[in-house]
Amino acid sequence: MDNPVLLVENLHVRGGGREILRGIDLSIGRGEVHAIMGPNGSGKSTLARVLAGHPEYEVTAGSVHYKGQDLLAMDPETRAREGLFMAFQYPVEIPGVNNAYFLKGALNALRKHRGEEELDAMDFMTLVRERMKRLDIDESLMNRSVNEGFSGGEKKRNEIFQMAVLEPTLAILDETDSGLDIDALKIVAHGVNTMRSPERAMLLVTHYQRLLNYIVPDVVHVLTDGRIVRSGGKELALELEEKGYGWLEHVGCD
Amino acid sequence: MLAVIDSYLAEAERIGAERRRDPAWVARIRREGLERFHALGFPTTRDEEWRFTSVAPIAEGRFALAEDGALSARRDDLAPFEWRGDLAATLVFVNGRYAEAISNAGRLPRGVRVESLAAALPRPTTELEAHLNRVAIGDRQAFTALNAAFLVDGAFVHVPASTIVEAPIHLLFLSTGEAQPTMAHPRVLVVLDTNSQATIVETYGGGAGAHGYFTNAVTEVVTGENAILNHYKVQRENPSAFHVGAMNLRAAKNAHVACHSISLGGALVRNDVMAVLDGEGAGCTLNGLYLSDGTRLVDNHTTIDHAQPHCGSREIYKGILAGRARAVFNGKIVVRPDAQKTDAKQTNKALLLSEEAQIHTKPQLEIFANDVKCTHGAAIGQMDDEAIFYLRSRGLSEHEARHVLIRAFAGDVLNQMPLEPLRLCIDAELVRRLPEWRA
Repeated sequence: MDNPVLLVENLHVRGGGREILRGIDLSIGRGEVHAIMGPNGSGKSTLARVLAGHPEYEVTAGSVHYKGQDLLAMDPETRAREGLFMAFQYPVEIPGVNNAYFLKGALNALRKHRGEEELDAMDFMTLVRERMKRLDIDESLMNRSVNEGFSGGEKKRNEIFQMAVLEPTLAILDETDSGLDIDALKIVAHGVNTMRSPERAMLLVTHYQRLLNYIVPDVVHVLTDGRIVRSGGKELALELEEKGYGWLEHVGCD
Repeated sequence: MLAVIDSYLAEAERIGAERRRDPAWVARIRREGLERFHALGFPTTRDEEWRFTSVAPIAEGRFALAEDGALSARRDDLAPFEWRGDLAATLVFVNGRYAEAISNAGRLPRGVRVESLAAALPRPTTELEAHLNRVAIGDRQAFTALNAAFLVDGAFVHVPASTIVEAPIHLLFLSTGEAQPTMAHPRVLVVLDTNSQATIVETYGGGAGAHGYFTNAVTEVVTGENAILNHYKVQRENPSAFHVGAMNLRAAKNAHVACHSISLGGALVRNDVMAVLDGEGAGCTLNGLYLSDGTRLVDNHTTIDHAQPHCGSREIYKGILAGRARAVFNGKIVVRPDAQKTDAKQTNKALLLSEEAQIHTKPQLEIFANDVKCTHGAAIGQMDDEAIFYLRSRGLSEHEARHVLIRAFAGDVLNQMPLEPLRLCIDAELVRRLPEWRA
């Protein structure tokens, strides 16, 4: 039987001196789009960052398997090279590092890992131009420093653009919708939707149901206080929108 | 210590005897330099200007003037310090002495002089006599006085009025290994007349076998009105070397001088830049990058003297420190009472790659005019962990991520250098030195 792309079992995580995740179970198969919703402080961004390998967290129990391999044993760059991508909630500004130079280095690190030939500047630019069009990104953005002086919307679009270039097997979008106006949200959602494929799994982390009007998930999970308290179809998001998180915190206590 | 100074006196006397054909005024510069040095002695950490920099390893060292090194250097030794691209001329100095056989006088525009001081001194031009040892003042600077005491060789560059030297002039000072630690006191005088332009690169480097040698360089720059000079100092001494260098410049009305200072090598390094903006509308750019690791010490002192109105200065110095390295940055800006409408901006930043590395940084503004714009900012920081994680999350190794961030930090300074082939050469040298720099 095919391994799920991501299999999280009983994951406990500590960070900043307290337990943030308290036993997460999650399985995402190829071609599936899952959404994790939850109130502020529920631990949803922590889950995204732990999966990407952020060093500030400590996994105290449980396991994570990615394509059947022990994900927690991999350093962040190996995860990336194996096809895991996280779009940051707060993309980091890196003055002095050219966006195109950075992305070419990243793409070639992945290609090298897969035993593929590295792209030269010409082929890279051809690929990049096509993807930029898809996300309505201005070419001048490529010649600027990574995220430096970008507006909030430009930063988020740049993340999805990177995703479109790196073509991950598992894409984790950490609150990609926050801070976006409706036009920017539509562009980002369009970019994500064109990336949906039977080969690719996605995990959308979001506070608001709004994003899910544009990217329709297969499964919705609700995270409160470090645990998934409910999972369901896309209707669950609408129910949440109507009743608020308080309703589920109550359910969680049952 | 006294015995050491006596040994300098003996060496200086030997020089005087050797240079009988120099005019009397040159002999006087040497004699006065020696007297001044004798009176001042080496600076100590009690001296405010040397508070964090002990020159004891130099003061207690025994350095001999090298034998004429021209024979001991070959063209191959120069390769690491050269870059691709056109050059107007390359003058090579080995252990402080001009090496004609491996130099290239080049094709220069009419009237431009680029020659060794050793050759120029016995029959000096008006410009040489008018300016030599006039911009660099050794009254209170022991090392400058010491350099004057040993004034025998170096370079003289003169660009006459309305003349543009398009390609850079390269002055390469190379130290080679000798049985005993050697010293060199090269002097450079650059005279740019009205409306002239030039690019000059001074490189200081050590051969593979050189060890524990001492370079004490003094550069003097005088410009006429509207002159433009791009000056680069690339310090790539051997890691065991002692390097003291003073850049003294005086810019006339509407002239602009850019001083790029790249300091990569040396065990104990002191760079002084003293710029006097001496005519209305004059400007200067001080653009510095220094690296230090291991137990090396790099000290940069800069002074910009706004002596006239409407002058502008831009200064950015950045340092990268690893291991137990120490660094000093002292940036003085003086605005004289008449220097209204001065516009001065100073920035200095240091990136510390280890817990043990230390930097002493001090902006020093002395403003005596009231209608001026002077800003300064200092920042000392460590590597941004979140940025490293961001780069790693895109597939770069931790090592690569650190390199990318260090190069980006240095890029602010390097990208201000218009001479692209040299910039690429320095960037490559930076990368070559980085592997050793794991925090």
